[in-house]
Amino acid sequence: MAEEVVLMKGNEAIAHAAIRYGVDGYFGYPITPQSEVLETLAEQKPWETTGMVVLQAESEVSAINMVYGGAATGKMVMTSSSSPGVSLKQEGISYLAGAELPCLVVNVMRGGPGLGTIQPSQADYFQTVKGGGHGDYRLIALAPASVQEMADFVGLAFDLAFKYRNPAILLADGVIGQMMEKVVLPEQRTRLTDEEVIARCPWAANGKTAGRKPNIITSLELDPAEMEKRNIHLQKKYAEIEANEVRFEEINCEDAEYLIVAFGSCARIAQKSMELARAEGIKVGLLRPITLWPFPSKAIAARAAQVKGILTVELNAGQMVEDVRLAVDCKVPVEHFGRLGGIVPDPDEVVNAIKTKLIK
Amino acid sequence: MKQEIIIAGFGGQGVLSMGKILAYSGLMEDKEVTWMPAYGPEQRGGTANVTVIVSDERISSPILSQYDTAIILNQPSLEKFENKVKPGGILIYDGYGIMEPPTRKDIQVYRIDAMDEATERGMAKTFNMIVLGGLLKLRPIVEIESVLKALRKTLPERHHKLIPLNEEALRIGMEIIKSVEV
Repeated sequence: MAEEVVLMKGNEAIAHAAIRYGVDGYFGYPITPQSEVLETLAEQKPWETTGMVVLQAESEVSAINMVYGGAATGKMVMTSSSSPGVSLKQEGISYLAGAELPCLVVNVMRGGPGLGTIQPSQADYFQTVKGGGHGDYRLIALAPASVQEMADFVGLAFDLAFKYRNPAILLADGVIGQMMEKVVLPEQRTRLTDEEVIARCPWAANGKTAGRKPNIITSLELDPAEMEKRNIHLQKKYAEIEANEVRFEEINCEDAEYLIVAFGSCARIAQKSMELARAEGIKVGLLRPITLWPFPSKAIAARAAQVKGILTVELNAGQMVEDVRLAVDCKVPVEHFGRLGGIVPDPDEVVNAIKTKLIK
Repeated sequence: MKQEIIIAGFGGQGVLSMGKILAYSGLMEDKEVTWMPAYGPEQRGGTANVTVIVSDERISSPILSQYDTAIILNQPSLEKFENKVKPGGILIYDGYGIMEPPTRKDIQVYRIDAMDEATERGMAKTFNMIVLGGLLKLRPIVEIESVLKALRKTLPERHHKLIPLNEEALRIGMEIIKSVEV
C-alpha cells in the first residue's frame, strides 16, 4: 500500500504517532496549546484497537506519577503538557531520571513565567536541558521543527529512552503544535506482549519469576557512598549518550560567513531569513540542533572556525545562546536575537538582527 | 510555484476553514503546504487569521513578514495586513466588511461582494467558499476538482450532500470578483 499523506496539526501528529508506535499508556491533563494531543487520543479511542490506555488525570502531578508507575513495569508510557503544566511535573521527572525509567514527556511550550500566555515560546530551554527538577540528571531532549518530526520523534524518543533507561522529552512550542502540515504517519505496530516487555526490560517490576532477585525501582538511597556510586553510574551513562546521540541539521553552511543557530519553530523562521539574506548577497548558514541535550557543541565549534559571527534566534531572552558560547569558546562573536512572552518574530526581523548584531 | 497567503477576518466567517480547505486541496495535488493559525482566546466576532503556504518546494517559515496574496474580510484586518502585501501582489477584500477600501497603488486590488451574494442567495454558510472561488479565479493555485476532492476527504459523510452547493459557491466567486481601480 502506498504511504498515506495526511494534513494535521503537530499536536494531532503526536497522538496518532503514539498510537501507531504501540505506546501502552498516555496520562495527561489539558492545557493550551497542547490540548489536541489528549483530544485526538480521546477521539481515536485506541483502547478499543491497540489496547492503549488513555487517561485524563486529575492534575499534571498525578499524570507524571502515573507515568512513573507505568514506566516501572517496563511499559511504554508518556505524558504531554505545556510550560506551567511541565513545571508541575518536574518532581516526577527528577524521580524518573533517578530511578532510570524510560518514558516520554512532551512540552508544547507557551510564554511564561508563571501562568504567562498561551502563545508560542521557547523559554523552557533551561528547564529542559539544565535540570528543572532537582539533582544531577539529564533528559534526552528532542526539538521537532515540523509536523513530520512531531510524528517521527515520538518513536525516536521511545527508542532512545529504552536504549538508555532514561526519560526523553520532546520540546516543541505553540507554532509546531498548532500548525498543520503534511505528514506521513508511521505504520501501525502491535503493542509488545507482556513476555516481550519482560525480555526487553529485565530490570522492570512486572512480576517476579522464581529464581530471580526482586527488581526494586526507586530513586532513594540513604547511604551516601551508594548514592555517589549511583550518580557516577548516571554520569557515565550521560557521557555515553553525549558520545552517541547528538543530532543536528546544517543548511547552506558550506560557504557560510555568518551562522544562525536555532531550534524548533525558530529554525523554520530563520531558514526563511537565511533565504532572504542570501538573496541580498549575505552568506548565511543555519545549524539546527535536533537534540538540545546532548547538544551539538562540536558541530558548532567546527563552524565557528569558518564564520565571522554566530546569531542564535530563540523565543526567549537568551538561553541556548549560553551553550553556543560555551561551544565556541570566544573564538567568534555569538549574539542572541529573541522575542519574548509569546511574540514570534517574522523572518525580516531576523534578517535585521543579522545586519545589526553581526555585520554592524 | 509558491503562494504565500494571509486570510484574515472575523471569527465565525470561516477564515480558518477556508485556509484548511485550500491547504488540503494543495495536498491533493501533492504540493507542500503549511497552515498556521493565529491561535489564542479566539471567539465569534473576534479577529481571526491564518497563513497558508502552497508550494512545489519544501517550505521554510510558516510565519511570514510579507504575502503574495491577502484575503481581507474586515476593517481591522485591512489595517493590519494591507502594508504586508508584496509589491505587485494581490489584495482581495469583501465589500461588506470594509468601510475604508485599500489605498495602495503598487498592488492589485480586487473586490468580492461575497457576503452580499451569499445572503441574497440564502447560502450564507458558503460565504468562505465564494471568497475562495474568487481567489482561485485570480490565482489558480489548485484545480477546482482538487478542492472538491479535499471536501470529500475532510467533510463527514453526512455532509457530502452539501458539496454541490460548495461547488456552486466556488463558481459564483469566480464570476463576481472584480478588479478595483485605486
